Amino acid sequence: MTTPASTTAATGIFSSVNPFLGRFTLESLPLHEPIVVATFVVVALGGAALLAALTYFKLWGYLWKEWFTTVDHKRIGIMYMILGIIMLLRGFSDAIMMRLQQAMAFGNEGYLNAHHYDQVFTAHGVIMIFFVAMPIVTGLMNYVVPLQIGARDVSFPFLNNFSFWMTAAGAAIVMMSLFVGEFAQTGWLAMPPLSGISASPGVGVDYYIWSLQIAGVGTLLSGINLIATIVKMRAPGMTMMKMPIFCWTALCTNILIVAAFPVLTAVLALLSLDRYAETAFFTNTLGGNPMMYVNLIWIWGHPEVYILILPMFGVFSEVTSTFSGKRLFGYTSMVYATLVITVLAYLVWLHHFFTMGSGASVNSFFGITTMIISIPTGAKIFNWLFTMYRGQIRFELPMMWTIAFMITFTLGGMTGVLLAVPPADFVLHNSLFLIAHFHNVIIGGVLFGAFAAINYWWPKAFGFKLNQFWGKVSFWFWVIGFYFAFMPLYVLGLMGVTRRLRTFDDPSLQIWFLIAAFGAALIAIGIAAMLMQFYVSVRDREKLRDLTGDPWNGRTLEWATSSPPPDYNFAFTPVVHDNDAWADMKARHYQRPLTGYADIHMPSNTGAGIVLGALSVAFGVGMIWYVWWLAALAFVGILAVGIGHTFNYKRDFHIPAAHVTEVEDARSTQLAGAVA
Amino acid sequence: MSATAHKLDPDVFHLAEEPHHPEGSSTMLGFWMYLMSDCLIFAMLFATYGVLGTSYAGGPGPKELFELPLVALNTAMLLFSSITYGFAMLNMTEGKRGATQGWLAITALFGLAFLCIEMYEFTHLIHEGAGPQRSAFLSSFFVLVGTHGLHVTFGLIWLVVLMVQVQMKGLITANKRRLMCLSLFWHFLDLIWIGVFTFVYLMGMLR
Repeated sequence: MTTPASTTAATGIFSSVNPFLGRFTLESLPLHEPIVVATFVVVALGGAALLAALTYFKLWGYLWKEWFTTVDHKRIGIMYMILGIIMLLRGFSDAIMMRLQQAMAFGNEGYLNAHHYDQVFTAHGVIMIFFVAMPIVTGLMNYVVPLQIGARDVSFPFLNNFSFWMTAAGAAIVMMSLFVGEFAQTGWLAMPPLSGISASPGVGVDYYIWSLQIAGVGTLLSGINLIATIVKMRAPGMTMMKMPIFCWTALCTNILIVAAFPVLTAVLALLSLDRYAETAFFTNTLGGNPMMYVNLIWIWGHPEVYILILPMFGVFSEVTSTFSGKRLFGYTSMVYATLVITVLAYLVWLHHFFTMGSGASVNSFFGITTMIISIPTGAKIFNWLFTMYRGQIRFELPMMWTIAFMITFTLGGMTGVLLAVPPADFVLHNSLFLIAHFHNVIIGGVLFGAFAAINYWWPKAFGFKLNQFWGKVSFWFWVIGFYFAFMPLYVLGLMGVTRRLRTFDDPSLQIWFLIAAFGAALIAIGIAAMLMQFYVSVRDREKLRDLTGDPWNGRTLEWATSSPPPDYNFAFTPVVHDNDAWADMKARHYQRPLTGYADIHMPSNTGAGIVLGALSVAFGVGMIWYVWWLAALAFVGILAVGIGHTFNYKRDFHIPAAHVTEVEDARSTQLAGAVA
Repeated sequence: MSATAHKLDPDVFHLAEEPHHPEGSSTMLGFWMYLMSDCLIFAMLFATYGVLGTSYAGGPGPKELFELPLVALNTAMLLFSSITYGFAMLNMTEGKRGATQGWLAITALFGLAFLCIEMYEFTHLIHEGAGPQRSAFLSSFFVLVGTHGLHVTFGLIWLVVLMVQVQMKGLITANKRRLMCLSLFWHFLDLIWIGVFTFVYLMGMLR
């Protein structure tokens, strides 16, 4: 038997590799791209200013002790949210660059060359899904779930910290690709053979693979953690059917995570073997099968969209019932609708590629399952409407976002049902109609949900409400901007314009792209107004202060404790008798006990998570740039630190009763002040 | 939880005795979920093998490559290691540290033997020109079997670490819990191997 040419090709990939720097050379720095250089200068100056400020105000010790090494689910939740919002700014800059390019490039080249433009649309998708939506969703669940079930922390507090740092490590690797080397130019799912080594020999796809693999570890572990928390740590009396709806949606989302992310891990591992070890999984030669990649990645990818939207359904349920002053309509049907969506999420993946040619029967099956999934979703919409019906609705910001969601998401859902019809999909596949559809549901669903949640739970996390004026400015610019930005894309899609185009010839299309760019500008103002809202609220925090811990007249347990909650969440674990446990306690004139505090058992902080995260970045960089010594060293380091951590058996401490008494007495004074 | 639910006094909002979640009370559930996620990775690799397992690309197929007696020996090594791990666990519940350590060491030796035989098989195949680069069939074969082998390797490292920890701290609750987790992991790998043996080797010979 002879060895074919592949072995020589394998040595070929690594032949020009420097033993110390791998394939890194000075040319890897994009010095010839003025846009990137300018961005780098701004980021470097901003970063240097931030580091200098932290040093000047001596904040490093505080950050390390109170935040980076924390195992408190609330602080980890907040760190996830900050990561998500920072990455939103990056992902949105990519969006605005694309809108500008497409609005300009009629009969000319525009301002982005193909190499850069292709990276921009890939990075936009990857960042928005993995490093904006996922951290925000995980952050919300982390913050809210333990409070809602009356727990003191999650099941595995160290794992929670480690998960966060793995996600942050993935984000760091993506950000690095902006200035060192390049990012993938393949679109956000890196389909082979385009993402194979012969079509994409550069570092871009490797950046993609390793950022997702490292962040994926964090996502999977945090999924396991939250399921165990919900199953094992509920307060006495809280049966499954007495859990707040948000916890139900969080449970289903995490089940989806645990059942879907291993598929992504496996498929990306196979792709990296094709790239690094010259195997033949997805190649055109030697019996490989590129369509298998498409199938596998969508078996992860479709559940992923439900991973993002289900927790937001939970948010809207909580918000609707709180601001309508009513118990949620159809709690049981809401739970079953969530479960049905969870199961059906696995039976629809093929609708992403009806055009593959699997034949009429297969396409019909997946078309029908896709249409069926809109039934439980529709049931949810009606449950929210009936919750509002005859309620005393308060149009606070979270409620405004909820109503914007209901309208926008229903529209997006309907275009989704259109796309679920295989013959229609043959016309609309990969057109701008599709782009409009999924932005319609992801922005209208996930982002509006995130904004509702931020406005709703901010007072819980920080003890003061967010500024209303800037919140409303942000709301109107976002919502109107969304319609301006994406409705033209439906039109363009129906006219046959496909996605990811850089230049156009037909001048009659330009007006629609100009409208879309105008919409993107409105959204930019919406984002700026939101940052302004945060700034103004922090500045005026004394005026916006909430002393009660329950500013919205809430219904679930997180509103039973102070804002921000103490480290231990609840001095005494509440006993639950009703779905809306806190509303029930208030209705029955619950008196907070003022004496009899005991020591509270809590997990200790640890630096192992952030060290493992940093070593993972080093490992990723080593693999991406073929710097084998770095990868090997970092891998050994990860093993050593991981194993070393297991030799630490003392991972908990007790908050003394005296300290609990002090904190709770301060709360009593606060509550008295709130009444007076 | 539901059992206690109807015993709760409807007017009581806090229990006289704080409910306590003993340390590690969620660990077995959490570890079980991790195993299921790992099982999904293997499911993907089996599915990949199912799709690509006949794509020989003009190269050798299972009949020309597999040596069943060697694989049978290998299977025996892994199955024995599961039995000896079971003995270690029986001794652990009786609190016999020495016997536990002894059986763990024997388990490690069986595991090591399994890995050595597998390495021999792999080098032999590669030497014959039937490496993972040769065809999609061989790619999926090497990755499925190799991923299992990688798991056994990590299991061995874990086993050694636990033996050190048992030596240092004795059979304390935390160490017993860790041994239980590794036990689940070890038997899980056995199960996966039975799948590999059946679907890859035996059915490969029938093709």
